[in-house]
Amino acid sequence: MLKHLYSNWWKGLAVIFLLYTFSFGLLNKVPNVVILHETIRNLYYHVPCWFAMLFLMLVSLVYSIKYLRSGRLMYDIVAVALLRVALVFGVLGYLTGMLWGNYIWGDLISWILGDTKTLGTAIGLLMYFAYFILRGSIDDEEKRARVAAVYSIFAFTLLNVSINVVPRLKSSLHPGSGGNATFTVYDLDSGLRMVFYPAVIGYILLGLWISSVLIRMQILHYKKNNITV
Amino acid sequence: MQFWATVGAMLRKDLLMEWRQRYAISGIMLYLLCIVFILFMTFGQDVQGPVWVVLYWIIMLFTAVNAVAKSFLQEGQGRMLYYYTLASPQAIILAKMFYNMGMMVLMAILAAILHGITSGYPIVNTPSFLLAMLLGGIAFAASFSMISAIASKASNSGTLMAILSFPMLIPILIILIRISLNAIQSDDLRVNLQDLVYLTALDVMIVGLALVLFPYLWRD
Repeated sequence: MLKHLYSNWWKGLAVIFLLYTFSFGLLNKVPNVVILHETIRNLYYHVPCWFAMLFLMLVSLVYSIKYLRSGRLMYDIVAVALLRVALVFGVLGYLTGMLWGNYIWGDLISWILGDTKTLGTAIGLLMYFAYFILRGSIDDEEKRARVAAVYSIFAFTLLNVSINVVPRLKSSLHPGSGGNATFTVYDLDSGLRMVFYPAVIGYILLGLWISSVLIRMQILHYKKNNITV
Repeated sequence: MQFWATVGAMLRKDLLMEWRQRYAISGIMLYLLCIVFILFMTFGQDVQGPVWVVLYWIIMLFTAVNAVAKSFLQEGQGRMLYYYTLASPQAIILAKMFYNMGMMVLMAILAAILHGITSGYPIVNTPSFLLAMLLGGIAFAASFSMISAIASKASNSGTLMAILSFPMLIPILIILIRISLNAIQSDDLRVNLQDLVYLTALDVMIVGLALVLFPYLWRD
C-alpha cells in the first residue's frame, strides 16, 4: 500500500465517489419509512464515517503489527497518521449522529450513554485518545513507537469487545438492532445501496488521502533532521 | 517444564515479598474497609439490589487499580533488568498475572463479605455471582498487569494508568454487572451461561494477548 503514497489515481477516485455521494445522496429517491422519512439519507453521511474509522483503525493495527515485527520507524508513522484521521472520522460520526438523533430521538446528546452502540464507540474513542496521551509522555522515538504499538493492538481487541460483543447483550434503539431495521429490510430496489456503497468507498479513500498527507509531512520532518525512516 | 518452574519461582518471590513487607496487602484491605465504611455512612443499611451490585463493582474497580497498579510501577528498573536476565518475558508476565489474579479474587471475596455485612446481601444466585467474581477478578488482574507494564514505560505513569485502563474495563464491567443483576433476580445459573462464556473467552483472550505482546514491551 505504501508504494501508492505518491500516486494520484486513487485521490481522483475519491473525488469522483464523494461528488457522486453528495449529489445523488440528496437527489435520489428513498423509501418512505414512518418516523425516519427523509432523515434516512443520513445513512449516506453518518454510517460511512464509522466504516471509514474502523477501516483506518484496522489498517493502523496492521501497521502496528508490522512495526513490532520489523522495527522500521516508517510503519509507526503510518500507524499514527491513520489513527489520527480515524479519530476525526469518529468525531464526525458523532456529530452527524447527533444531527439525526436531534430529529428522531428528540435530543442532541443524552442518548450517548443510553444507547449501547454509541456508548461502545465512546469507549473506543476514549481508548484512542489515551493512545495519544501515552505517546506524548514518552520521549524516546523508538521506545514510544514500540509501547504505542503494543497498546494499540491491545486496545483494538478490547474495542472490538465493546462494539461487537457488548451491544449484542443489550437491547438498543439504534437502527440495525432491537427490531429497528437497517436498509436491508426496507430497500427492495436497492436504491439506498446505490449511494451507500460508493459513499463508504469515497469516505475511506478520503481518510487515506488525508493520512497520506500527514505521513508525507512526517517523512519530511524526519528527513530534515537526517533520520532515515 | 523449565518454564513453569521459572513461573513458580517468580510467583514464590512475589508472595514472599508480600509476606515479608505486608504493607501492600494491609494497605489495600484498609482501603477496602474505608470505601465500604463511606458507602455505609452514605447509603445506610437498606440498599436496593441493583444499587448494591453497581456499588460492589465500583469498589472492585478502584481496589483493582490500587492493588494491581503497583505490580510494575513499584519495581525499580534495575531490579526488572535483573529479572530479565533470569527468566523469559512470558514467565515474568505470567507470574505477575497469577499473583494479581490471586490477589483480586481474594479482594473480591473480602469486598463481598464487608459490603454484605454493612449493606445486606441481595444476591440469590450465589454460584453465578461467585463465578462472576472469579472471572472478573481474572480479567481485571490480567488487563491491569498489562496496562501497568505499558504505563511503567512512560513518565507520569500514575495518571496514565487510570486513563489507559478505565475505558478498557468498561466493557468487562458491563458484562459483570449484567451477570450480577441477573443473579439478584433468578437463582438459575443457566440465565447467565452465555455471559459467563463470553467472560471466559475474554479472559483467555487478554491473557493470550499479554503473552504475545509483553516480550516486545520489556526490552529497553
